[in-house]
Amino acid sequence: MLASRSWLSRPFRERSTQIFLGVLLAALAAVTLLNLIVPAGHPLHVSTYTVTLLGKYLSFALLAVALDLVWGYLGILSLGHGAFFALGGYAMGMYLMRQIGDRGVYGDPVLPDFMVFLDWDSLPWYWHGFDMAWFAFLMVLLAPGLLALVFGFLAFRSRVTGVYLSIITQALTFALMLAFFRNEMGFGGNNGLTDFKELLGFDLRSDATRLGLFLASGLALALGYVLCRAIVASKLGRVSVACRDAEARTRFLGYRVERVQLFVFVVSAMLAGVAGALYVPQVGIINPGEFSPIFSIEVVLWVALGGRGTLYGAVIGALVVNYAKTVFTGVMPEAWLFALGGLFVVVTVLLPKGVAGLLASLRRRRDDGASETPAQGASS
Amino acid sequence: MNLIKEMASRDRVFDFMAPARSPVDVRHGPILYLEDVSVSFDGFRAINDLNLTIDDGELRCIIGPNGAGKTTMMDIITGKTRPDHGSVWFGSRHDLLTMNEPQIASLGIGRKFQKPTTFEALTVFENLELAMAADKRIWPTLTARLSGEARDRIDEVLATIGLAAHRDRPAGILSHGQKQWLEIGMLLMQRPRLLLVDEPVAGMTEQEMERTAELLTGLAGQQSVVVVEHDMGFVRSIARTVTVLHQGSVLAEGSMDQVSSDPKVVEVYLGTESDNMEDA
Repeated sequence: MLASRSWLSRPFRERSTQIFLGVLLAALAAVTLLNLIVPAGHPLHVSTYTVTLLGKYLSFALLAVALDLVWGYLGILSLGHGAFFALGGYAMGMYLMRQIGDRGVYGDPVLPDFMVFLDWDSLPWYWHGFDMAWFAFLMVLLAPGLLALVFGFLAFRSRVTGVYLSIITQALTFALMLAFFRNEMGFGGNNGLTDFKELLGFDLRSDATRLGLFLASGLALALGYVLCRAIVASKLGRVSVACRDAEARTRFLGYRVERVQLFVFVVSAMLAGVAGALYVPQVGIINPGEFSPIFSIEVVLWVALGGRGTLYGAVIGALVVNYAKTVFTGVMPEAWLFALGGLFVVVTVLLPKGVAGLLASLRRRRDDGASETPAQGASS
Repeated sequence: MNLIKEMASRDRVFDFMAPARSPVDVRHGPILYLEDVSVSFDGFRAINDLNLTIDDGELRCIIGPNGAGKTTMMDIITGKTRPDHGSVWFGSRHDLLTMNEPQIASLGIGRKFQKPTTFEALTVFENLELAMAADKRIWPTLTARLSGEARDRIDEVLATIGLAAHRDRPAGILSHGQKQWLEIGMLLMQRPRLLLVDEPVAGMTEQEMERTAELLTGLAGQQSVVVVEHDMGFVRSIARTVTVLHQGSVLAEGSMDQVSSDPKVVEVYLGTESDNMEDA
């Protein structure tokens, strides 16, 4: 136990993690204060609407961190991480559906509205247990984790890597999207799960609950970041980088490459599931759209933009792109996709290592003193 | 009845019950033993009834023209390629044909590839750390902490391969020769019983070659070393016993002088590079 405590506590001794946690916690505290203390109408007031929006960004940031763990450090470009996110979201959604009880439109004490609508007379077996919070929260981890375990076991055992792996992750999320669209699956078809009332007894429409969800998302991001940092800074993290750069060589050193890949992939999928579970109560709906391949590719864009293989870059990327998305879709919705594409082109051409790479090179230049010419920092 | 008695005897340890990493048994002399090994790819016989024995602590050079099956032989020993038939034994207890690559590696067979492959994003020190003999399962690797002893061992190997000054630099910025030495160092970290080294001096300068020769001859004795090499001058400078491969089987074996005067060898291989031989 002592040994395992030490690998988990290693990130807290790193300066970069201390800075990250400091900034994150300060931001959480600031938003909370500006929401609670500053009166509405004051220019500094943060509305509950904004708090929920920020909470959504934070859950996306956790998803981006999870993706960066496998892409940045293990070299597995997953184009299907949205699937794990959505599965976590559906597990949470099923719990929230069961919490509605007889307050649904049809007033059935057990069956969710869409099942009554479909004339089902009993709950499918896989819906049992989701009325209990502990079971549902366990499923938030286990459902994506098990899918990643089975999928990863098959893929890594047959040494599928690179582009081929990316393509089958994409196929995976696409197949799940088609499956979840079907009414017979029992997950609400294309409408998904919605009309949630309360979570753990707290009213989801109340301001206090929304602030609580925002803080929970921030906390989950902090914990997820520390966990990823702990893995990355451990010897296992160095083995991951070794698998990424020279897989055959790592195998000859006696490491079971496929097990390293499987372990990291499953941890990442579980983190994505947690992110999905935090996302759903804040947006109030989960539908098969989250399984769409486009969404998974967007997540990759966040990470690429923020800077792959740094973890904090993934957080920056997720926050920046999603903020830009909110602004753009508000001001001129038709231009958003062009803006996203443009952003991506700019980053690949000018900042191949993303925003994090830019920050690192700025810091290096400061450390080297002002002797260097500042013009070519971005490309170095 | 006797059989049952024997099976029930308490002090009997069945081979399959013995710990997987049992010591390599070299009481009978050879550490590596290949017999009647053949493998063909699409009808082409890359290895043809190959017989080869390497003694414990020996430094053996293997030469042969391109396509003689040198690299395929290495692939078979390390478990990358399965032979069509034949047997491959490590010591007298371990049948390598029943094991996979990581198992063979953990038995103590280290391989250096032709092209140096180090982990370029990691530092020289970290490269050696990953190569160190250790429990390589997931959880022990995740919770691993570097002991003072391990640190000393890494520094010792750093000194042996002459890269102590580059300890904390990324392996990616090392020169070609330095990467080769780092890779040999990575093999040494595993405390191997048998080192397979594929063309260690290709692309090296004269000075780097000398340094490599010193390194390899210094290693023999503590472990067995098998070197596949094209450079005749280099082979002559390190070899005690040379094996000539031709069309997947052994053509001749003996000291460099014996081998180079063998008419068969001269005909198939050395003849084409006789100028090279004179120089050496």
